[in-house]
Amino acid sequence: MEKAKAIPIYDSARQGSPAIEEMRAVIDYRYLIVQLVRRDILTRYKRSALGVAWTMLNPLGTMLILTIVFSQAFGGSQKGYAAYVLSGLIAWNFFAQSTNAATLHLVWGGSLLKKIYIPRTSFAISATGTGLINLLLSLIPLVLVMLIIRVPIRWTIVLLPIPILFLAMFALGVGLIVSTMAIYYADIAEMYQILLTAWMYLSPVIYSPEILPEAFRYWIVLLNPMFYLIELFRMPIYYGQVPGIDLLLISAGIATFTLFAGWMFFTSKSDEFAYRV
Amino acid sequence: MNSTFPSGPYNEEPVVRLENVGVRYRIASERVATFKEYLIRRFQGKIALGDFWALRKVDLQIFKGETIGLIGPNGAGKSTMLKLIARVMRPTRGRVWVKGVVAPLLEFGAGFHPDLTGRENIFLNGALLGFTNDEMQEKYDRIVDFAELWEFIDVPVRNYSSGMAARLGFAVATDIDPDILILDEVLSVGDEAFQRKSLAKMEEFRDHGATIILVSHNMETILEMCRRAVWLDHGQIRMVGNTDQVVPAYQEDQTPENVPENQ
Repeated sequence: MEKAKAIPIYDSARQGSPAIEEMRAVIDYRYLIVQLVRRDILTRYKRSALGVAWTMLNPLGTMLILTIVFSQAFGGSQKGYAAYVLSGLIAWNFFAQSTNAATLHLVWGGSLLKKIYIPRTSFAISATGTGLINLLLSLIPLVLVMLIIRVPIRWTIVLLPIPILFLAMFALGVGLIVSTMAIYYADIAEMYQILLTAWMYLSPVIYSPEILPEAFRYWIVLLNPMFYLIELFRMPIYYGQVPGIDLLLISAGIATFTLFAGWMFFTSKSDEFAYRV
Repeated sequence: MNSTFPSGPYNEEPVVRLENVGVRYRIASERVATFKEYLIRRFQGKIALGDFWALRKVDLQIFKGETIGLIGPNGAGKSTMLKLIARVMRPTRGRVWVKGVVAPLLEFGAGFHPDLTGRENIFLNGALLGFTNDEMQEKYDRIVDFAELWEFIDVPVRNYSSGMAARLGFAVATDIDPDILILDEVLSVGDEAFQRKSLAKMEEFRDHGATIILVSHNMETILEMCRRAVWLDHGQIRMVGNTDQVVPAYQEDQTPENVPENQ
């Protein structure tokens, strides 16, 4: 077999910025990320009779329960409460699942990271990729519910990729930070579960922010990045509006900053992973 | 690249160079496993870390086309050295220089997902080694042929016997035609016929100019496969040279009366 390709040389003494090297490596290994996403999707549904339908049924079921239980308490003023809850749940589930999976995969892949070089961000990126596919699938039941309960679907739905992009950037950034910490301390993954539960109830997923007391609302809105991202997600689909420039800029800022911080933090630590896992 | 090393035994070019390499681990006795514990200890001001040098002042060159054996008792630093060469780990001290594509042979469990079929695992494994789908498509038939798994290729790997899984792993790793192949205690898998086939494949590799780094506790394998061997002991190189000198010296040292208590 002839070797036409240039022979790569690795030199531990020559080292550029880890953040940039990692980006380069991810581009080289893009097929690995596709394969990891494929693996996640295939293995998740392979052993269940309904297969991919679960992605759609799962949020639908939760929505049904929440609508029955809470529509009187929280939803009085909110028209189309079922669609409101479902759109919030879809955005929230994407965030929670992607960040959780990033952590689990890195711990799972630990044995692999000790044997073979692969870009260490592959796990967090593929977890976000899997989350995106699930999110896109769960838009189908959302549209159906909106048609059934007659929440109008407007042209603004074509703007949906913007909030999805910001959500994905934010989830990847958080996933990188949490998974790095989980490599060092075994209880971080569990603490993160508790944090996620609390965080969900502090986010406008099942209630509308207007029902919160004025003073309380101010702090929740100010300190919770998911508040902006969920509202931005609802704008083009549930509210049928073009998002305002303020909301767009704040969300873009949160997403960019979190991804940047997560990437820098993760890549500054990732050379130590093989010593730790 | 100017080297201060003497030229190799066959006057060949080095493909791996370790220069004054040291690897330090934080030892387990003081390792803080949970974040809660970390906070408590931090609060008490009791974060003390002990050091353990898995490799110390290691200088070694591996030359293009040779098959070199790595021997030594458990904990001598063999796996750590492989990790450095596979660029999984960076050395704490010194320098590691590697020329060419390095492929470790992944043992069952590391690179395979039990719920995926053999076919799906071939593509996943190929991607882990940095290959595109198209490249793997091109290799696919050859891999399945070599592994002799056509009948079971669409069966989830969880239903494979360990021999079948090992065959699949070997077939994928060797078909990617790496410049440097790392074999860590893997030649003992599979039945005799497959082992013979594996040995033939490795010879084919060598004929293409590939370098093979073999770790084994089986001295017969080392003697048969390798011309040179490296004897590692407590993180340091005890001896490097022709296998017919290194192996007997190592075996002499390992006879029961010479083995210290901790083995």
